[in-house]
Amino acid sequence: MAISFTRALAPALAATAALFAGTAWAQEDITVAMQLEPPHLDPTGAAAQAIDSVVYVNIFEGLTRFQGDGSIVPLLAESWEISEDGTTYTFKLRDGVTFHDGTAMDAEDVKFSLDRARAEDSANAQKALFAGISEVAVVDPLTVEVTLSEPNGSFLFNLAWGDAVIVAPESIEDIKTAPVGTGPYTFSEWVQGDRIEVTRNPEYWGDQPALASATFKFISDPTAAFAAVMAEDVDVFTGFPAPENLPQFEADPRFQVLVGSTEGETILSTNNKQPPFDNPKVRQALAHAIDRQAIIDGAMFGYGTPIGTHFAPHHPAYLDLTGNSAHDPEKARALLAEAGFADGFETTLHLPPPSYARRGGEIVAAQLAEVGITAEITNVEWAQWLETVFRGKDFGLTIVSHTEPMDIGIYARPDYYFQYDNAEFQSLMETLNATTDPDKRTELLQQAQTTIAEDYVNGYLFQLANLSVAKAEVQGLWANAPTAAVDLAAISWAE
Amino acid sequence: MSRNLILGAALSSLVVLAALVSFLWTPFDHAAMNIPDKLRPPGGANLLGTDHFGRDIASMIMVGARTSIAVALVAVGIGMTLGVPLGLTAAARKGSWLDEVIMRGNDLVFAFPSLVIAILITAVFGPGAVNAIIAIGIFNIPVFARITRGAALSLWEREFILAARVAGKGAARISAEHILPNVANLLIVQGTIQFSLGILAEAGLSYVGLGAQPPTPSWGRMLADAQTMVSFAPHMALIPGVAIIVTVLGLNLLGDGLRDWLDPRIRVART
Repeated sequence: MAISFTRALAPALAATAALFAGTAWAQEDITVAMQLEPPHLDPTGAAAQAIDSVVYVNIFEGLTRFQGDGSIVPLLAESWEISEDGTTYTFKLRDGVTFHDGTAMDAEDVKFSLDRARAEDSANAQKALFAGISEVAVVDPLTVEVTLSEPNGSFLFNLAWGDAVIVAPESIEDIKTAPVGTGPYTFSEWVQGDRIEVTRNPEYWGDQPALASATFKFISDPTAAFAAVMAEDVDVFTGFPAPENLPQFEADPRFQVLVGSTEGETILSTNNKQPPFDNPKVRQALAHAIDRQAIIDGAMFGYGTPIGTHFAPHHPAYLDLTGNSAHDPEKARALLAEAGFADGFETTLHLPPPSYARRGGEIVAAQLAEVGITAEITNVEWAQWLETVFRGKDFGLTIVSHTEPMDIGIYARPDYYFQYDNAEFQSLMETLNATTDPDKRTELLQQAQTTIAEDYVNGYLFQLANLSVAKAEVQGLWANAPTAAVDLAAISWAE
Repeated sequence: MSRNLILGAALSSLVVLAALVSFLWTPFDHAAMNIPDKLRPPGGANLLGTDHFGRDIASMIMVGARTSIAVALVAVGIGMTLGVPLGLTAAARKGSWLDEVIMRGNDLVFAFPSLVIAILITAVFGPGAVNAIIAIGIFNIPVFARITRGAALSLWEREFILAARVAGKGAARISAEHILPNVANLLIVQGTIQFSLGILAEAGLSYVGLGAQPPTPSWGRMLADAQTMVSFAPHMALIPGVAIIVTVLGLNLLGDGLRDWLDPRIRVART
């Protein structure tokens, strides 16, 4: 009897010992909270940023990748050669890389991924990234040759996007719910509406990351977000939704606040096809009616950088064009009168849920009212916004942050939701895509920025700040967000 | 007159007065933003402080009272104009299929949690004050239909109604001329209670963003906006909260007081 009792107790004692010992070791797991839950986990099948936040460089990897500072480095491609004319890229793949299901990652998988992304019926949200590819050929299991129809200076950059990660034909079927990639973390569980868990991949080809496991938690309500961080229920909150609460975290020694830049140009999107916005004078009046600093202070509590065009201020090719659309209500009124709207007009303003839009929208509406424009506010959920505004193009004005990196190319798409159609700009973009010389590219990019700023396509408000709160001991977080990502392998706990 | 009635009437008229005055005068323009002056505590130039856009809270509360009262008043109006005739009809045709249809229809509406359906209605037809009014109004119909039918049923047994019937008056005329005046007391009392519930429902709907849309101030939305700022600007949440409490408390006391005052039995007992 006594023997069996001890036997039964031994494992329990061992477990208790381990439990106590565990507190002495460095913490090996982390809970990262974010506001939006991904609709599914296929980064090559939807535009939702939340997907990339969970899977990018954690579960899925591409040929190249973004680093925290925005630079592009090789990942699954060990090296590459570019032909003289800039149209053929020969990628040498890393040897010994396996997918989480044990199958090898080779040239066939790269060909499959790129062909799938650029296919006619592809669901890829950024098909334009692959538009220049004319052929993907397998040379040997570790060599892939990609032929472009014309030189593309940003091709390696394009391949770093979450939309260009390498997937395997063997596991593509269930990618949305059970993603299988080559990354340092494997997918373990998704409790819908609550969290996604990932665990360290012992078979990873690179260095083993410090954290053994991680939980992504989804907290959409700003008040709940504040409470969760304060109660230390989460270790990191990336994209913290309530900028007004940051001073409190800054004052609290338990936490660190990271304020960085994002690729998010927050704009007052204007339906260029809907009267009266088809009149450039009216759009110019809009631009002069807006006081950017008031919006940044009022909606974001000071976090954000004013922009005068659709371009990220931290980019070397950025031109400060804010002076072109300085706050000047008098001028706005005069321009409206010139356009035949001396008494103003009425329009709609659709506002999606984030506070930059809801609060920013209230301020914008008040500023427009000052020059005689009545903007009727409609608060919409994201699904509704995508349906009516983005796909239906049934709107006058809306506020949204375009978080894709280097996305000035959307202005060359006349069918894009704000419907800017300028042949000159479109040919400018074509020239840009065919240019590889960095100086010439900068010049063309600046020309593009100036064109859309002087056409007053949209109201350019501010560059969204990347606001994160974390426990003071967490190291290796990205302050900036060159793309939506939580690079778990870079994160560790201070001793 | 009871203390309840006086206190209730005083609080309610304070709110109504604030709403009426706001048509003519508010301390500041309720929609004027002044961002450098945001989050000012009460006292100073802005009597009740400013919100996160630097708007004057006192002015917003006054204009917000207008929104609340308008929504609740029209919603109660809808409930009364549809509910009372339904109740009278059901009572006049007691036991008939018509009675059954009306009362089972009422049960159906009653069976749903009202705020949830109100959210559904505004979510489907779009947020806004008008849809909020309709949503709240619909739930007032069965309340008035029931209370009218209940009271009318007992009246139909009374001698004076019998006399009217003997005199050859039809059911419709009896309902209008004899029943309705005798249930009016009850309806006024219930109307006051429903009015306070309407104010709460409006605040609830605008709290979740389905009531009056900005820039129209609304107490519920002021509360929602204040939520993340409670820790450093508590006045932003407290002031609309107090406004809602004062209004609802005032109307409930008024309703209670009116019931005591108008109820003939209690009145007789008192004198």
